Amino acid sequence: MFLAVLPEIALIVLAALVLALDLFWRERESTNLGWVTAAGLMIAALLGALFARPGEQPVLIFGGMLSHDWTTFVFRILFLLGGALTALIATDRPSKHYGEFCALLVVSVLGMNLMAASSNLVMLYLAIETTSLPLYILAGFRVLDQKSVEAGIKYLLFGAMASAVMLYGFSLLWGFTGETGLEEIRSVAQAGAISPLALAGTITLVLVGVGFKISAVPFHFWAPDVYEGAPTPIAGYLSTASKAAGFAVLVRFLLVVAPTAAPFWSIALGVLSIASMVVGNFLALTQRNIKRLLAYSSIAQAGYILVGVAANNAMGISGTIYYLASYLVTNLAAFAIVWLVEREVGSDDLDAYAGLAKRNPGIALALLAALLSLGGVPPLSGFVGKLLVFGGAVQAGLAGQTWLIGLAFVGVLTSVVGLYYYLNVMKILYKPGKDEQAIRLDVSWKVALAVSVAGMFILGVVIAPWYSWSWIAAMRFF
Amino acid sequence: MQFPILSLIIFVPLIAGLAILAMPAERKREVRIIALTASLIDLALAVIVYVLFQPGVAGYQFVEKASWVPALGISYHLGVNGISTPLVLLAGLVLAGGVMVSWKVDDRPREFFGFMMFLGASVQGVFAALDLFVLFFFFELAVFPKYLMIAIWGSPKTRDYGSMKLTLYLFLGSVISLVGVLAMYFMGGKTFDMLALEQAGFPLAFQQAWFPIVFLGFAILGGIFPFHSWAPDGHVAAPTAISMLLAGVEMKVGTFAALRVAIMLLPEGAHSWAWAILALGTVNVVYGALIALIQTDFKYVIGFSSVSHMGLVLIGFATLSREGLLGAGLQMFSHGVMTALFFAVVGMVYDRAHTRNIAELGGLIKKMPLAALGFIVAGLVSMGMPGFSGFVAEYPIFMGAWKAVPLVAMIAILGVIVTAGYILLVLRKVFFGEVPAGLEKTVGDVSVMDKIVISVLAVIMIALGWFPMLMTTMVESGVKQILALVGGA
Repeated sequence: MFLAVLPEIALIVLAALVLALDLFWRERESTNLGWVTAAGLMIAALLGALFARPGEQPVLIFGGMLSHDWTTFVFRILFLLGGALTALIATDRPSKHYGEFCALLVVSVLGMNLMAASSNLVMLYLAIETTSLPLYILAGFRVLDQKSVEAGIKYLLFGAMASAVMLYGFSLLWGFTGETGLEEIRSVAQAGAISPLALAGTITLVLVGVGFKISAVPFHFWAPDVYEGAPTPIAGYLSTASKAAGFAVLVRFLLVVAPTAAPFWSIALGVLSIASMVVGNFLALTQRNIKRLLAYSSIAQAGYILVGVAANNAMGISGTIYYLASYLVTNLAAFAIVWLVEREVGSDDLDAYAGLAKRNPGIALALLAALLSLGGVPPLSGFVGKLLVFGGAVQAGLAGQTWLIGLAFVGVLTSVVGLYYYLNVMKILYKPGKDEQAIRLDVSWKVALAVSVAGMFILGVVIAPWYSWSWIAAMRFF
Repeated sequence: MQFPILSLIIFVPLIAGLAILAMPAERKREVRIIALTASLIDLALAVIVYVLFQPGVAGYQFVEKASWVPALGISYHLGVNGISTPLVLLAGLVLAGGVMVSWKVDDRPREFFGFMMFLGASVQGVFAALDLFVLFFFFELAVFPKYLMIAIWGSPKTRDYGSMKLTLYLFLGSVISLVGVLAMYFMGGKTFDMLALEQAGFPLAFQQAWFPIVFLGFAILGGIFPFHSWAPDGHVAAPTAISMLLAGVEMKVGTFAALRVAIMLLPEGAHSWAWAILALGTVNVVYGALIALIQTDFKYVIGFSSVSHMGLVLIGFATLSREGLLGAGLQMFSHGVMTALFFAVVGMVYDRAHTRNIAELGGLIKKMPLAALGFIVAGLVSMGMPGFSGFVAEYPIFMGAWKAVPLVAMIAILGVIVTAGYILLVLRKVFFGEVPAGLEKTVGDVSVMDKIVISVLAVIMIALGWFPMLMTTMVESGVKQILALVGGA
């Protein structure tokens, strides 16, 4: 039983270790903390792969608090990778307070792991808060920068609100069924103890909380402001790992608690998805600040991923998981480059990217790859992700829910709109810029970028390994 | 396991592109040499495939199959038939020609030639694909090279507009077909393998519902009316080599994929919708030609002429008959070579005269005789003159159209008359008459590389005009395969 949470135990040790090391290392050695954090997170992943491999059947552990299954396992790898890359990107140059930064990051990863594993409403809520509290602080981490503080406060207020609404949903579920375990609630619901209307109502309340986490329209208002103000690596982390954690909760909650209410929530997710794809993509068209552009793009991406969940079949759910992995490496690569340009040029404006192809062709190509992957163009991972989630929708559509084919069409049509602004950024990279000096790169940053770019190509060309894991994870629910 | 020649044809340019991008920016000469070598190797391999192809043997040839993602029914499956072999050759020709006419490109040649190689790999991959995933993979691989090459190296006035319009139209087409292909994937038993999907026996209602989606998506890239306007705008904005590749090869990628995926996998749907394709194709032919007639920009004339000629390919498809398909197959090759030559000459003229306004040009036959000759040959092909490849291709198309719907043949033939009009008009204005005073001193003859390209492309079109058997037997073998699926003799 303890082996199943060995990675999480390792994370607690790691958080303490990082704080302790910070006391001994001087400021100019603070970059080491990034390496320690990343290495620690990777060791946790390794421990997970070696000792916490789930069996074929899901097993409930700790009195039904956590589910030890492939979904937990696969999402854990995502979060650990996301945390490690973020640590490497963020701590590439010496700075103060990196000990706290890294420790908070590790704790948020711990919370996400538990979010993906939670099989009980109480545990789920605790896990969500364990994730959110460090993230509120991290978003406002640059206390001398007003925008960062504003981002932190905004994120906190929105998050607290959404979390309260979700908690209300949880308490209603408990009230209706007298149970807090997800499996138990399902049994009671299937026995007909909850009226369909009440179940739909509670699901809606939970969707508010999750919708905030995944920044789906209409719960997205925080995203552009927070991404713009938060430290850039944290913005990347919020848009990828945190979003993935939201989806982990969404998938597990809906498919375990409410498979009987699928007709309702499938349509509800479809509406959120269409709204996110349309609003995200069209608002991104007018952005001149790259972080805001990526924020709207991330809203749109949440819409695409929701297509997979709305499809409610193995193809769609495995596509969701695949897409999240693809999106993780892709967006972290993009934010890593934004972070670099921000410090080199001192601006997040799109014009700051003019001439990047001359200054450092490799980085321009990496950003090109990331943008193409976001746009869904092969040979990059975004193409496979889109293929799978839209494939899930088409499959469900052919099986009778014809409206899902319409959803797939909305998805592909809005992705054409998306390509417009991605292409625009690409063009700017190759325009003549003011500064033509080569850019100095730090080792940890380079490692993180190389891993992300390699991930994009591996997920886009090799496909099979991660797909088979996504598939097993999805099959847990069907 | 035989020699993987089709893989080589795809991966030689791809690897060359990567190698070029990995080189230091100032090694311009080496970059050009790598690009030229790779494209010539590619052309040589394509010629080998063409020569070794046996029209008498049924089925696909040079087949390669390896598992890729078995869990998703994706395999790396390549092979060519009588329709795609000429197109592989065409792509090899135009890629090599494109490298040679852009020899003097001096603005970031590393990126220019690197991206161009990717474009070459992309089109070869589509022509050789026997798996729908492979087909899409290579189809969309072209998105960023197309966009960036027009946006960066295109003509300054319209490149922003032209590149974005072209890329978004084509992406739109491909993603629409992608949804249709996903539907086929699930209906056909979760496989992307086209040979398996041919045997899937889709229900009639399914075919009728999905055929227009899949066909239209791909046909947008073929320039089908009313989604054709990206073609002239994009081709005109593009640098010479990219105009050649886009109009010469990429448009065929569209029609080829429409044939291979929509018509061959959903044959009943094709029968139900043939009337619509026939109608749109006819509009393409006549409308494209009429618009070409009133252009004042040299390059726009050729841009719209492509729209007109691709209409003939669509008409050929829509007849679903032996003659029509044979003609369409030949027309794809013939038009590809012809339009590549047209754009090459237009580019040469523009590079020297610095204007594309027809009214400001004149008498260029004195300055660049071989280029003028090349334009004349391409013009004669375009008009469908006997003795040139255009006749060999267009004659069967009109025969097929006459058998199917005589009215279509009668209307479409008007397009040929108009074609003669605009070609002769341009020819007279640009190449004959007096050289305008401003151009007398500045315009010189074309380079040796240019001359090689012009001569090779022109000779191919004449050879095909005199010895149609060089290609007709091959294309016929491909047509037989199509007819086996769609029915009819």
